[in-house]
Amino acid sequence: MNTLFREKKANAKKIMFKSIDGYPEVPITLGTTLSNFTGDWRNFMPVVDESKCIKCYICWKFCPEPAIYIKEDGYIAVDYDYCKGCGVCANECPTKAITMVREEK
Amino acid sequence: MPKKVISGNYAAAYATKHARVEVVAAYPITPQTSIIEKIAEFIANGEVENLEYVPVESEHSAMAACIGASATGARTFTATSAQGLALMHEMLHWAAGARLPVVMVDVNRAMAPPWSVWDDQTDSLAQRDTGWLQFYAENNQEVYDGVLMAFKIGEHEKVNLPVMIIESAFILSHTYDVVDMLEQEEVDEFLPPRKPLYSLTDFDNPFSIGALGTPADYYEFRYKIAKAMEEAKKIIKEVGKEFGEKFGRDYSQMIELYKTDDADIVFMGMGSLMGTVKEAVDILRSEGYKVGAAKVRWFRPFPREELYELAKSVQGIAVLDRNFSFGQEGILFNEAKGILYNTDAKPIMKNYIVGLGGRDLTVNDVRKIANNMKKIIEKGELDKEIDWYHLKR
Repeated sequence: MNTLFREKKANAKKIMFKSIDGYPEVPITLGTTLSNFTGDWRNFMPVVDESKCIKCYICWKFCPEPAIYIKEDGYIAVDYDYCKGCGVCANECPTKAITMVREEK
Repeated sequence: MPKKVISGNYAAAYATKHARVEVVAAYPITPQTSIIEKIAEFIANGEVENLEYVPVESEHSAMAACIGASATGARTFTATSAQGLALMHEMLHWAAGARLPVVMVDVNRAMAPPWSVWDDQTDSLAQRDTGWLQFYAENNQEVYDGVLMAFKIGEHEKVNLPVMIIESAFILSHTYDVVDMLEQEEVDEFLPPRKPLYSLTDFDNPFSIGALGTPADYYEFRYKIAKAMEEAKKIIKEVGKEFGEKFGRDYSQMIELYKTDDADIVFMGMGSLMGTVKEAVDILRSEGYKVGAAKVRWFRPFPREELYELAKSVQGIAVLDRNFSFGQEGILFNEAKGILYNTDAKPIMKNYIVGLGGRDLTVNDVRKIANNMKKIIEKGELDKEIDWYHLKR
């Protein structure tokens, strides 16, 4: 589990309310949305070719999730638990180091 | 206590000053404009401290700014009318849904087209389902008192909902009358600083408001608002009673009853027209009519129990609606009739559509309505349910 979120992601739990008394008075967020693994919405997955990557981090800036993180070696990687496959990273990449590949499920 | 001869709009402005409002975001529209002009004047003259005035480009933005300010815990105020209120509509739901006690004065003005700047309640009544409390003022004094009470009620820990104080275009907004204002110390004692339910300035515990509510949770949050509205009835009565005990003007009744004890016919309505109706009741009583008036002060939450108690004791209720719901009937009539359906109180009820777009309702009109109601009660049946009373025929 080498991601941006590390142990926070591992410990993320969905909050479930069983009765009206358990709810807060106001609809404010009571926890994290890290438990929502939205990666399963994806049809195309971004695949990184490190031989083309110049570590410009434009993909990292543009990712709306954010699902792109920077590894210790300076290359980028995708957290597929959250990546919805929008393709913005591949579109922005100036060296075409990211390609969108149809995902078989 | 300092008495001043001021307009309804100035009464509202002075009330915000005495309530120590911290943020005002507003956009000008006739007949509301002199409220926010007066508040701007307070700032320019250095008469208020710690008041942030946010000039915005539209009413939608005004309410959005109020929501943001209120979410930081600030006491927040705005004012508008008619088309401006309609433009705020989306944000009105937001203020209530996020449980923010913003206070707004809506100066009732008829919706266009045709363009009109005169009194009509349809603008505010069209916002009845947004989760805002609604108080209809009869005179300038009630505008002043209403704004002060609105903060106390809306900010109450069991309520946390926005409140709309509603006054009539020109009849109140621009007409000068004696208003008995409170000393600053009296207001400070009555209305302590706001204790918000949550604050965006709680930087150590960051959170977001109003994010996604799935079908599994949305329903419960609606219930919370419904419950707070129901709770608000109790708080309104408590605060209204406290106001009476402290300052001599009692607001513990959500429906103000005027000479209804032995009345056969009661005129029911809201806002400034009820001043005329009360005057008419006095005159008609001197002529032998057994009539009374029931002024609905709070339309949201609706005082169902008080209406039932009244309806049990009278033969006929003439509902005077300065508003109309196309394809149905007057809005107050529609609600009142609906509330009584499942009860044993079955007075004859007739709907008189009056005063739309600022047309005057005179004492003589009320006499004609009384005569019509008398005939209906003697006969035991309605001539018609909805009467476009003023229509030129």
